[in-house]
Amino acid sequence: MSKHHVSTTINGEPAEFLCETQQTLLDALRDDLHLTGSKEGCGSGDCGACSVIVDGRLVCACLMLAVEAEGRTIDTIEGLAQGDRLHPLQQHFLEGAALQCGFCTPGLLVAAKALLDRHPDPTETQVRYWLAGNLCRCTGYDKVVRAVLAAAAELRQEHEVESA
Amino acid sequence: MMPHGKPNGLAVVGTRPIRPDGVEKVTGRATFGADFSLPGMLVGKVKRSPHAHARILAIHVEQARALPGVRAVITAADLPEIPSEESFVGEGPINFRDLSRNCLARDKVLYEGHAVAAVAATTDAVADAALELIEVAYEPLPHVIDVEAAMAPEAPLLHDDLFTQGVEPAPTQPSNVAKRIQFTLGDVGAGFRAAETIVERRYTTQPVHQAYIEPHACVASVGADGQCHLWCSSQGQFMVRAYCAKLLGMGIANIRVTPAEIGGGFGGKTLVYLEPLAAALAKRSGRPVKMVMTREEVFRVTGPTSGGVVEVKLGATRDGKIMAAQAVLKYQAGAFAGSPVQPGCMAAFAMYDLPNVSITGYDVVCNRPKVAAYRAPGAPIASFAVESCMDELARALALDPLALRGKNAARDGTRTAYGQVHRDIGYVDTLAAAKKHAHYAAPLGPRQGRGVASGFWFNVGGESSAEVHINEDGSAVVVSGNPDIGGSRASLAMMAAEVLGIPMERVRPIVGDTSSIGYSFLTGGSRVTFATGMAVVQAAEEVVAELKRRAAMILDVSPDAIEWKEGAAVPTDAYLGKFEPLSLAALALKAGRTGGPISAKASINAQGAGPGFGTHLCDVEVDPETGKVRIVRYTAVQDVGRAIHPSYVEGQLQGGVAQGIGWALNEEYVYDRQGRLENPGFLDYRVPVASDLPMIDTVLVEVPNPRHPFGVRGVGEVPIVPPMAAIANAIYDAIGVRMTDLPMSPPKILAALSGATK
Repeated sequence: MSKHHVSTTINGEPAEFLCETQQTLLDALRDDLHLTGSKEGCGSGDCGACSVIVDGRLVCACLMLAVEAEGRTIDTIEGLAQGDRLHPLQQHFLEGAALQCGFCTPGLLVAAKALLDRHPDPTETQVRYWLAGNLCRCTGYDKVVRAVLAAAAELRQEHEVESA
Repeated sequence: MMPHGKPNGLAVVGTRPIRPDGVEKVTGRATFGADFSLPGMLVGKVKRSPHAHARILAIHVEQARALPGVRAVITAADLPEIPSEESFVGEGPINFRDLSRNCLARDKVLYEGHAVAAVAATTDAVADAALELIEVAYEPLPHVIDVEAAMAPEAPLLHDDLFTQGVEPAPTQPSNVAKRIQFTLGDVGAGFRAAETIVERRYTTQPVHQAYIEPHACVASVGADGQCHLWCSSQGQFMVRAYCAKLLGMGIANIRVTPAEIGGGFGGKTLVYLEPLAAALAKRSGRPVKMVMTREEVFRVTGPTSGGVVEVKLGATRDGKIMAAQAVLKYQAGAFAGSPVQPGCMAAFAMYDLPNVSITGYDVVCNRPKVAAYRAPGAPIASFAVESCMDELARALALDPLALRGKNAARDGTRTAYGQVHRDIGYVDTLAAAKKHAHYAAPLGPRQGRGVASGFWFNVGGESSAEVHINEDGSAVVVSGNPDIGGSRASLAMMAAEVLGIPMERVRPIVGDTSSIGYSFLTGGSRVTFATGMAVVQAAEEVVAELKRRAAMILDVSPDAIEWKEGAAVPTDAYLGKFEPLSLAALALKAGRTGGPISAKASINAQGAGPGFGTHLCDVEVDPETGKVRIVRYTAVQDVGRAIHPSYVEGQLQGGVAQGIGWALNEEYVYDRQGRLENPGFLDYRVPVASDLPMIDTVLVEVPNPRHPFGVRGVGEVPIVPPMAAIANAIYDAIGVRMTDLPMSPPKILAALSGATK
């Protein structure tokens, strides 16, 4: 069976790849495009380690077919930092020790980015429910939630300065 | 003068710098097990048993071998048959013969998912098709899942050559009881006769999986010269090397293991499953082979820790002095002997100073995956029982639960039932800190209750190697042999920086492969910051001694005239003003002219690990309509020796508590009548998610371990020990019902509530 040709935009740049019909977006990202920052923890949409943003919406890349990426805009962990400038979420994860093994971290960061894009001033409860699809077995989520709240505050301040 | 004016004289230890491997991990660049690839790599997959227990009559692999794209197929017949030999390579005891048979079944399959064959193929799809073409003829056998059923005389036998160790006279019939363990102190019969109040209760716990988010993964490459290189995620590259050498009949020098970043382990990555198969497939095919488990395979085949039955009896005088303590522990080992029942027995009463103790343990095989170490192996099961029973005793005596613990707490000089005498421990300090914490006096809402429980872990030291190299600009490299599972690069770099007198950011910590650093026992038992840290400190101190010699040479003064302070050779008081300080950078620049590169290494067997104690406070709210238990507030107090990086120490406490909450409330294995696991995924095996938990408050009590240069104690194990009992005790406080069976899930709470109101 011949492969499908897919044209898409990944982290702001045009990207093309060939894929099998049954291949997931996660496999295409990891195996064909060598973007291994998105992780496979379960393959069934239960752990969130493969979280990516597709046309502004948070999805598990393991639950989306690679062919469905045609014409879409995809943001992955590899696009979160601007060059060597870390996103405030990344910076606060580092400063707040919000990671231990680091395996779920890319997914948590992408999910948190999707949250803050939509809700710039979330409550602790909102953060906890938004991140409920991202399993972390190391941290107990305490420092993760604090880091997201701290990054949200910083982003709001940046936004105020920009709009002033 | 104290550097930087800090009261304890420390400039780096105790601060909270950004971890050296942090940026890699927040940008997705860190390479975990499945992220590594080689050109020409094949996909390896495993054929697994559909039966919980069956004899293998034949395995037909010819059709699979003939499939285009299949490059190798192996069964146990392709691996050397390993004789019985006890191994202490990993964290728990396991026999090499058993490990070999766990990796590929021989004669019998002993649990659903047991590996029977493995293939390597050019693509995922071809590998899947090849697995389908392998035909295995089985004779299904009766199976046994539960621990007490497995101990019964009529139980189906897993191994007809397993005779119970530790009983006199030695049994003449095989059984599923691999071992009986007994620890005795004093005379419990006399102790119970002297007691005025006796509490006796039976508790059960379910097996729980370590549930690291990263599935097992490895890449193996074997050259025509027989040299094997493995890249894998594990808790010890030297552990993987030793096991693979043994199981494959290879020389250790012919195997090199490069550790990937590890996406969680918690003890579960202290055994090998895929690595020997990948190496055998790579050897046969002449191509690199990558193997990655699915989540379903992780649940069906790896870990978990034991489920168990624990019976506890405590007897005390009216004023709360415990006169006798007795426990019987029965732990599931899974398909092969080696549950953590021994450390469970040892930990059961280790927190208390008791005159009369009797502890009996049973290690029992059953048709489940072989258990692996899980955080404080064995202790949480025992402590759920003992600390629940302590709560009942406190209530029976109308004593404050912290006061009852304080009255019987182990102190300096306490002799444990297993013979160890505690020295320099901080248990009573954790009780005092818990008592004065605002949480303990805070008001509770309706349907809320508060529970208290304590926990203990031995902590270990062991063999570690480390090197410290000074770079040409005065920065440093620290090489160690332990995978960094949760921040040990940071703690090792910080200790080196402290000794060298430079900022941590000037120290680059590297985890070496098995061919670039000396032997190191695996990352486990909370030993790395203690033992490997000790090796790093020793190497760094040697570097400082060498730097002082070099400075003396350059300055033409006696080495006695020099002391090392804040990263520079400075004159001692007696020589003040006689010469200008020489910085590390200046000395590094001149290294070539003063004797060559400056570096040192230390290979040690670290002794003197200080045991850890913790006391937890937990508030719950019970919904009487749904039976759901919500954790309202949680405070974990722990003696951490000295926190090198307090944020990561807090993180260990918070993570351990979260795992304990899952163990207490949700996590369990569900088997059908055929012995097949029904919930091998994160949807049905429910680990705590962010919305299940509150913030987890921590109190770091620091009673330094005098046998470590900075006072370090292991901190990662203790926090998973108290939560189950703390939560059970809080539930009792809330609804007046004593929960004795884990998990305390909504159906069980509802059943208990309806039983209580009838």
